[in-house]
Amino acid sequence: MNDALQKPINTKVIKELLDMNNSARIRMWLSICSRCGLCAESCFFYLAKNKDPKLSPAYKFKASLGELYRRKGEVDREFLEKCYGIIWGQCTMCKRCSLFCPFGIDIATMISTMRGICNSQGVVPEGLVKTSENYRVTGNQMGMSTEDFVDTCSWMAEETAEEIRGLEIPMDKQGARIMYTVNAREPMYYPQDIAMAAKIFNVAEEDWTVSSTGWDSTNLAMFAGDKALAGQIVKNMYVKAQELGVQAIAITECGHAYRSARFEGPYMLGMRSGKPPVPVVHSVRLFYEYLRDGRIKIDPDKMLTEPVTYQDPCNVSRNGGLWNEGREIIKYVARDFRDMTPNAVYNHCCGGGGGFIPMGAEFKKRRMESGKIKAEQIKATGAKIVITPCHNCFDQIGDLNKEYNLGIKVIQFKEIITEAMIIPDKFKPVETGDKDAED
Amino acid sequence: MEAQCMNEFYEFLTGPALWAAFIIFIVGIVVRVAYLYGLSRERDLVFYNHVDLKWAFRSIIHWLIPFGSVSLRTQPLFAIAFFLFHVCLLGVPIFLLAHNTLWQEAYGISLPSLPDSLADVLTVLFVISALVLLVRRIVRPEVRILSTAWDYFLLVLTSAPFVTGFLAYHQIGPYKLTLILHILLAEILLIVIPFSKLGHIILFFFSRAFIGFEMGTRRGARTW
Repeated sequence: MNDALQKPINTKVIKELLDMNNSARIRMWLSICSRCGLCAESCFFYLAKNKDPKLSPAYKFKASLGELYRRKGEVDREFLEKCYGIIWGQCTMCKRCSLFCPFGIDIATMISTMRGICNSQGVVPEGLVKTSENYRVTGNQMGMSTEDFVDTCSWMAEETAEEIRGLEIPMDKQGARIMYTVNAREPMYYPQDIAMAAKIFNVAEEDWTVSSTGWDSTNLAMFAGDKALAGQIVKNMYVKAQELGVQAIAITECGHAYRSARFEGPYMLGMRSGKPPVPVVHSVRLFYEYLRDGRIKIDPDKMLTEPVTYQDPCNVSRNGGLWNEGREIIKYVARDFRDMTPNAVYNHCCGGGGGFIPMGAEFKKRRMESGKIKAEQIKATGAKIVITPCHNCFDQIGDLNKEYNLGIKVIQFKEIITEAMIIPDKFKPVETGDKDAED
Repeated sequence: MEAQCMNEFYEFLTGPALWAAFIIFIVGIVVRVAYLYGLSRERDLVFYNHVDLKWAFRSIIHWLIPFGSVSLRTQPLFAIAFFLFHVCLLGVPIFLLAHNTLWQEAYGISLPSLPDSLADVLTVLFVISALVLLVRRIVRPEVRILSTAWDYFLLVLTSAPFVTGFLAYHQIGPYKLTLILHILLAEILLIVIPFSKLGHIILFFFSRAFIGFEMGTRRGARTW
């Protein structure tokens, strides 16, 4: 828990925020909720903890934002401390409950509003404070310098050019068709992620570029309740894309980055059109198009033969609209696909969303407990491989694998596509050893 | 003396009080919706950019038809009670012969009427479904924890005009008193609707429309 909890609460600021957020939607939702409890069964936190009624979505917004409005902001530190556990430890803002509420109340939006209010009082998980600081200083969540990012890209280009002839990772290429943005974890910990994307783009002969600013499309400030910073993060990316004159911003296999760039960003910036200034496309959609259009061909002998299941990231499927595209890709790369139940729009969050993963060790135990539902879903499919196009799902399911002995392997689409795709002759490396063999 | 008092009160309830109740009901709802609409033009303006009638309609209709949503299909007993409760609540008072006769006497207009025997059956169904909702509220921990005294009161208040109306029609108990209670409780209910969660009789359409196009227009995701 954060040190700021020791400081007195500034109720004046809370009241201002309550007033600012007192929109028609929130007023309506708070006043019409008829306490029917239908939302409870939709929530994996509730289901995972033996149907604890305090984990129903309605209880969570009533006990936090609802109570705050009822008391007109006159609350103490203890109250915010209680809310801290609810809004960060018991909700990943996956929006599943909105599908199960007769009024379609958007509870995630209310929890998000509450996160903003707690943020104003410094009541924020340490892990998210750190990432916010990094975004502020460097524009990316990992605090990586521009030089490091540029170097990592050229290093990956060099390495990968040994496998794909003529491979390039263009940097700030003016007028490219797409600007590919990544999750800062990739250059930091998994640079091969960038290499894999480069292979796919090169083989698909995509006109693409990475950018030296606005390259991290993640937006943990959105989950930390820091709306101003969250808006700035998206803006950096939009501005860069406009400078480069690209036709679209492409998002790596990350869920919340897509939600931020495509859906929430325009709202955070108050754009009246509700649309980003440059179209935003997710990797899942791009990869699907490459396969569909034959720009990438899969070697049937390299398709996955082990049973495969698909983890719909909330922010790619339900909140991103790409559940079909994900399954279409799987048809190309796997022979034995077993869908989870429920799935697609109705899929359960893995338990790692909403900033849960970067929130760190403090929340790990809860993350493992609430992940029980996902672990059971995976187990029921009998799958040995879980494909998921999201870094948080990837990490969470990796952790669940150990916690619940699932005996599975988690992969992203990039991994299986690069392994199974046919490399056309023109991209095959010049075999230097051939000469010796002939002699 | 007592009878005269009752008659005077009856005259009051079916005269000025009835007018007042209807006016408060209608004006209250109009004002509430107008206020929220105004507020939304000021503070939720950004969401108007993806208004889509098709998605709004689908979002609404799937929650009006029985078992139209995944959510309600998970709780069949509740779904049935929930549906009957609402259908009878709307249908019986409007199409009841006795009510239509009153309209006819007062204003010379009336709607088609239900046969009394059918209205009776629907009233009993309504009371049973209200009981199911009440028992559910008490026995299911996730509903009980959310329920306040006000929620129980509103459920009882909503059912009370049906119970008293049924008793009055069948002349069970003191007729005049049950009739007066019937009218009084119904008028209180009408007055409470615009100012409580019961405002959902109209706000339901707005909140469903919003989530319908928020998820539908932008993501192609259904919310039912």
